[in-house]
Amino acid sequence: MTSRLAGRRILWASGSLVLITLSACGAATINASSTTSPSASSTMPPMPMQTPSSSDPPGAAPATTNSVMIQNYAFGPASVTVKAGSTVTWTDQDEDSHTVTADSGAFSSQPLTNGQAYSHTFTAPGTYTYHCSIHPYMHGTVMVTNG
Amino acid sequence: MAENKDPISSLSVEGRQLVAREVDRRGFLKCASWAGAAAVWTVSGGVLSACGAAALQSGARPGSAATHDLFFVQISDSHIGFKGTANPDVTGTFQEAINQINALPQSPAFVMHTGDLTHTASADQFGMVKDMLASIRTPTTLVLPGEHDTVEGPQLYLDTFGKGTKGEGWYSFDHAGVHFLSLVNVVNLTNLGHLGQEQIDFVQRDLSGLGSDTPLVVFAHVPLFSVYEKWGWGTDDSLRALSFMRRFASVTVLNGHIHQVMSRVEGNVSFHTMPATAYPLPAPGKAPAPNPVTLPAGQLHGVLGIREVQYHATGHAITLTDQHLR
Repeated sequence: MTSRLAGRRILWASGSLVLITLSACGAATINASSTTSPSASSTMPPMPMQTPSSSDPPGAAPATTNSVMIQNYAFGPASVTVKAGSTVTWTDQDEDSHTVTADSGAFSSQPLTNGQAYSHTFTAPGTYTYHCSIHPYMHGTVMVTNG
Repeated sequence: MAENKDPISSLSVEGRQLVAREVDRRGFLKCASWAGAAAVWTVSGGVLSACGAAALQSGARPGSAATHDLFFVQISDSHIGFKGTANPDVTGTFQEAINQINALPQSPAFVMHTGDLTHTASADQFGMVKDMLASIRTPTTLVLPGEHDTVEGPQLYLDTFGKGTKGEGWYSFDHAGVHFLSLVNVVNLTNLGHLGQEQIDFVQRDLSGLGSDTPLVVFAHVPLFSVYEKWGWGTDDSLRALSFMRRFASVTVLNGHIHQVMSRVEGNVSFHTMPATAYPLPAPGKAPAPNPVTLPAGQLHGVLGIREVQYHATGHAITLTDQHLR
């Protein structure tokens, strides 16, 4: 669906009262009782600034840290390399909850909330890919080498 | 909780400005071309309003409760259990939404919660939502899951709310001549929302016996149109389900998930997302990530809300009325 719909129009509407009337033939009209000037940008609260995503740039070498931060809906570093027997710790720094869930199902955290951490010890060499089960577009990798 | 009587705040203003600028540049062309596609919208003074004769012929009288043949309410994204500065009291704002429904002049035929009932799908959170939903003045409360409700699999959701549903919680029903589908697109996710073959087969079977003049209303959590894939705001196999709806004269798809109002018309199908009762999210691509947005004091209620839906058998018109929390 996505490629077919991606280039099409999206309308935005919001207000104290927005009426959208849809007829059986598909015709649609929208009425709104509020009348705020479209140029009244002064009424818009400032958006909080956020730090850039902590995910690795494409092609970045795996980091050798044992700590992974979850920030701005990304694992950072997105790829880490540790020796067998090492423990990797993930810490959620977002206000939203995330999980650390192995794609294979071999390990999974509970939903983490802001400030909470999850640790897993990797005993066998190999490449372990994982994701957030709430936001499945968040991906990470742990590469475990021979100790 | 501080109140905000302003009609719009924050993200919504920005969204309206985007629309207004678009119309300023080529408003007439848009009206003309959309009329040909049976979608007749425009913007006046920064807010959406009627354009063309189709609306006037529909027989709808927005806001006139006496003329409708079916009235129901949609709520979404209560995220019970969330703790953060974007809304330190999501239980309180959900209760305010319930109070607002209970204060309506007419009791809705049913209330549909379109997912993310809970924030982390714990038994306590599900129990609280169930108890709160039971306090709504309506004969029937309906729910479907969001991805926050199935974070560790759908079983606890199904144990709490899944009685009488199929698969991972989908179902259909008829009311006042309208056919309703409640779909689940938050299980077995890879990047976007996902319906899955079993559910798509269900949609095909479910619709096969209906006349093409039957109005359809479809509920799901994640939008069935592509909003912003980078943030997972779309459903990867929705076109397959929508293909079985193309023959129907009127299809209305009502979603949650993105915590803001967005609408799109694709032929006979109109898509509408709605505000949360919990907290706002950024406009697509307007922030590095879809983090909950903390607004200045007093502005939260202006971006949270409920949606009233009226169906008018005369003209088969559906009217959506979004009200922010008071």
